[in-house]
Amino acid sequence: MLTGEEILEIEKAIHVVPHRQAACIEALKIVQSRRRWISDDSLKDIASFLEMSPAELDSVATFYNLIFRKPVGRHIILVCDSITCWVMGYEKLHAYLQSKLGIRYGETTGDDRFTMLPNPCLGTCDCAPALMIDHDLYRNVTPEQLDEILDRYV
Amino acid sequence: MSEKPLTSHIRADGVPLTLREYELKGGYQSVRKALAMTPQAVQAEVKSSNLRGRGGAGFNTGLKWSFVPLDAPKPKYLIANADEMEPGTFKDRLLLERAPHQLIEGMIVSAWALQADTAFVFLRWAYHTAAKAITTAIAEAYEAGYLGQNILGTGFNLEMHLHTGAGRYMCGEETALLNSLEGKRATPRAKPPFPQVSGLFGKPTIVNNVETLCCIPHIITHGAEWFQKLSLTGDAGTKIYGVSGKVRRPGLWELPMGTTLRELIEEHAGGMHDGLSFRGALPGGASTDFLVRDHLDVRMDYPSVAAAGSRLGTGTVIVLDDKTSVVGFVKNLIHFFAQESCGFCTPCREGLPWIEKILHALQSGDGRKDDIPLLELHTRLLGPGNTFCALAPGAMEPLQSALKYFREDFEVYIREHASREPITV
Repeated sequence: MLTGEEILEIEKAIHVVPHRQAACIEALKIVQSRRRWISDDSLKDIASFLEMSPAELDSVATFYNLIFRKPVGRHIILVCDSITCWVMGYEKLHAYLQSKLGIRYGETTGDDRFTMLPNPCLGTCDCAPALMIDHDLYRNVTPEQLDEILDRYV
Repeated sequence: MSEKPLTSHIRADGVPLTLREYELKGGYQSVRKALAMTPQAVQAEVKSSNLRGRGGAGFNTGLKWSFVPLDAPKPKYLIANADEMEPGTFKDRLLLERAPHQLIEGMIVSAWALQADTAFVFLRWAYHTAAKAITTAIAEAYEAGYLGQNILGTGFNLEMHLHTGAGRYMCGEETALLNSLEGKRATPRAKPPFPQVSGLFGKPTIVNNVETLCCIPHIITHGAEWFQKLSLTGDAGTKIYGVSGKVRRPGLWELPMGTTLRELIEEHAGGMHDGLSFRGALPGGASTDFLVRDHLDVRMDYPSVAAAGSRLGTGTVIVLDDKTSVVGFVKNLIHFFAQESCGFCTPCREGLPWIEKILHALQSGDGRKDDIPLLELHTRLLGPGNTFCALAPGAMEPLQSALKYFREDFEVYIREHASREPITV
């Protein structure tokens, strides 16, 4: 079941486009922002609200890498793995996070705290390497800073 | 003296100006001026300014606009492509986060010129600071009567919305962006029909890059001739250039169009890190051909970079130093393109992962004699004309130029394992 709040927000998104289905990516984002990920049930509820088939909506949901169709942790770590961050040594950050958190890309820590994902260029190449945790961008990151950064997320 | 119309009003601390502060610096004057002109006159001014699209393709903006039928029934759409995701590119972030009103001003003037009544800013998900800045600025512009119904009492109506994406590089491709805004998978569309005639929801649509739209207010306020004179060469205006990689001061600078690659790297970026030397650079994002030492004096405008065998692209330079593996560099780029391929057409979907595997094999000591011809075959099979959109041909640009300039770097992997029997393909 979609909550009243979710419905209200989705209706707002529908308002700016000519038909309901056009708001489906927005609707996925709205629901995900409250439930962390899009479960099969959420998918069916959104599809039915937008008068489209669950399969049609899933074809869209699975296309976009920032719509999560599997459970994720409370915080999402996006490690920029594109060219400048590679040149500037992002692999050290990735290796440190992998060993400290004990997870590989696409996995979630046992305590449900972090999910780590690779992400294409975060667009801050003059301050590489960079990563994002939730909505926060970290630039010129060194492995030494990572403990302190991770501590901010419980 | 070099003028910096796009960035001179930006505060040193990066906090965006309020609408009132922006107006005090001359902001929104071009809206008043444009609305007193005919849409055709605004288009003519932009066309004669010789402004070329800053998103990478470099098409004449005024010419692109001229294909929109002015008398077509509403709705007509104007879209700011703020889906900046080309690896190594970070210029639009600056304009979005720090000068949101300049973009909105440019969009209002452009919408008038096109007689568009609905505008979207298509912003990539990761740009949260920009999302906040744009949201605030749009609300202020509505409040001040620059957006909405009967703008400044002229009878012109324009609604503007911010749309944030859900990932995927493909959304930056003009027609894939339209599909994404329609709530579909971001796969490219066949052209024709071109978006100017049948774009978003089948209506006439213009998609312009953020930096392009930010030039519009200045062209209208100061005139096409003034805009052309900002440049050192035949291409008009200033350009927001960037340099990243192992240089002393990576960053962004608004400079006259046609500034040389050498000036960018040696002067503005402060040269290479100690102990490293310049080996090559991608002049405008991941999907451009390498330039090398011989090209340092190339002027960074569209025809000069093209004459040097590459493309200006986004004008954000990615530097390759002499201690970084060329094969690793190219593999990282190909990995990106393979991952971001929408999977819609076969050469791109199948070819890119194959190339990544070959490069991986080279690095792992499994290189074979015919790997280089095989890579070269791919640069042709995935080249222009063989794929649905420009993603795969773009991906081939750094590969083909690396094979041309840095062939030895590939060959050395193979020589070290020359005992292996070549496979036949």
